[in-house]
Amino acid sequence: MTRTIRVASGQGFWGDSLDAPRQQVDGGPIDYLMLDYLAEVTMSILQKQKERDPAMGYARDFIGAIESVLPGIVERGVKVIANAGGVNPVACAHALLAAIARAGHAGKVKIGVVTGDDLLPRLDELLAAGHAMKNMDTGAPLSTVRSRVLSANAYIGSTPIVQALQQGAQIVVTGRSTDTALTMAPLRHEFGWGADAWNQLAAGIVAGHILECGAQSSGGNCLHDWRSIPDLANVGYPIAEVQSDGTFVITKHPNTGGRVSVPSVSEQLVYEMGDPHSYITPDVVADFTSIRVAADGENRVRVHGITGGPATPFLKVSIAYRAGFKAVGSLVYSWPDAMEKAEHANRILRERLHRLGLRFDQVLSEFVGANATHGHLAGDGRAAPEVQFRIGVRGEDRASVERFTREIAPLVLNGPPSVTGFAGGRPKVEEVIAYWPALIDKRVVTTQVEVLS
Amino acid sequence: MNAPTVAVQLLDLAHTRSGDKGDMANCGVIALRPEWYPVLVRELTTDRVSAHYGALISGRVERFELPNLNALNFLLHGALDGGGTLSLKTDAQGKVVSTAMLRMVIHVPVAEAEALGMPAYSGRE
Repeated sequence: MTRTIRVASGQGFWGDSLDAPRQQVDGGPIDYLMLDYLAEVTMSILQKQKERDPAMGYARDFIGAIESVLPGIVERGVKVIANAGGVNPVACAHALLAAIARAGHAGKVKIGVVTGDDLLPRLDELLAAGHAMKNMDTGAPLSTVRSRVLSANAYIGSTPIVQALQQGAQIVVTGRSTDTALTMAPLRHEFGWGADAWNQLAAGIVAGHILECGAQSSGGNCLHDWRSIPDLANVGYPIAEVQSDGTFVITKHPNTGGRVSVPSVSEQLVYEMGDPHSYITPDVVADFTSIRVAADGENRVRVHGITGGPATPFLKVSIAYRAGFKAVGSLVYSWPDAMEKAEHANRILRERLHRLGLRFDQVLSEFVGANATHGHLAGDGRAAPEVQFRIGVRGEDRASVERFTREIAPLVLNGPPSVTGFAGGRPKVEEVIAYWPALIDKRVVTTQVEVLS
Repeated sequence: MNAPTVAVQLLDLAHTRSGDKGDMANCGVIALRPEWYPVLVRELTTDRVSAHYGALISGRVERFELPNLNALNFLLHGALDGGGTLSLKTDAQGKVVSTAMLRMVIHVPVAEAEALGMPAYSGRE
């Protein structure tokens, strides 16, 4: 009989369901639980937290998630892979050990820690050695924003996670691993796929892509026949049942809501897709035009036929830097003539901002309820019974952004009529942390693996 | 002489999902029936999609075909007002850029639409 490894997704981003990890561990048989906590902007937030407190800088929800699954994973030997370490995987691992001890399981769970993705301490050395880390979109060299950089992390692949598993880790904590590596690593570990088994590796990436956004492949955010998707209140998160040749079935636990279908999986496959012929990861370049999907029973979709090719010599680097300030405020205008009133308020506010001589790089007005998301395609909004006037500004000059936040409330008494919705008070000024995508020679990024217990 | 055509809305032919990559939104368009996919390939040209979005995007449109999924993937450059954390838009991550695509109305020869069972669009164009 062919051996099957079950990898379950329990978190699609930091902020996803707190209950999903436990439901995946306790709802039926699984071998691995993968938890994705990191988005591009998350790393810079974590870096700021670490600057304030050197013991911080990781996704704290993860500790609670492990506490909730601990009895189940200890009893059944389920392994957990998570990129919850953020910019401080070592601190995350120590917090985890403390939580495990508090729960009375001290010494029973080995924790693997993967480091080496954090390039911030090495940034000047790397620049001096000729690694320009040019912006992939604009071509500008990193030196143009160097003084404003907050965090810099290479997206690392599955190899160090595989090493941690080989050393007996039951929970592996990483920093900026790719989302797909969290699924790929257990498969390489279990099946011994070689570093040049391109088709199997590509299959691992596709499985990872389907799992990495949590329930978004099992009925959540699914447009296809959305009304008929059952019991999203109790949505089952996706599980990949993978065989050694890379063929896999996407499914979910019995007695859960949601739906795993060819349309639900296909929608997730095209999510955030670039050129489908080359889905580039540190491990392999996968060809998404090779993927075959077929119904395989109720809530089961078989995925096969995937091909891939050699990885590139580069790793992607995610760099966050300070890029000024922004604020967004809003007011709600009601029938009659809601849209006209909102547009009039916009003209008045803009004239006041202009008279005050405030400096912004950008001012954006939207009319939510009329055309904020579909623009001219949604029509002129004249029939909308109520419209939220939403205006945002962004710029380098903090004082200008601060002053902007004080110019919205006055419109309630000194602007167009039938206005409400200002209970939230003045908008907050936020620092803008921008994202700088770059590539780096993968040979200069070395990862370390440590196993603690 | 041109064959008579019938108006069909993309909403009745496809389902979609979109996401972001910097200042670019991707928009995956998946045919609701495999036999409708070739019509999408023929009608949803980059020029047509570019004209549909108009001022909503500031850059070019790229298109990729995925016949294996009966899907097309579009990359809409300059769709997100700077993208990521820079963008002031409600839809800064392009999550619903794809539903705007579904508003498109295409014109299909009557005989072909009937043969393929495509529902006619009854709304205003």
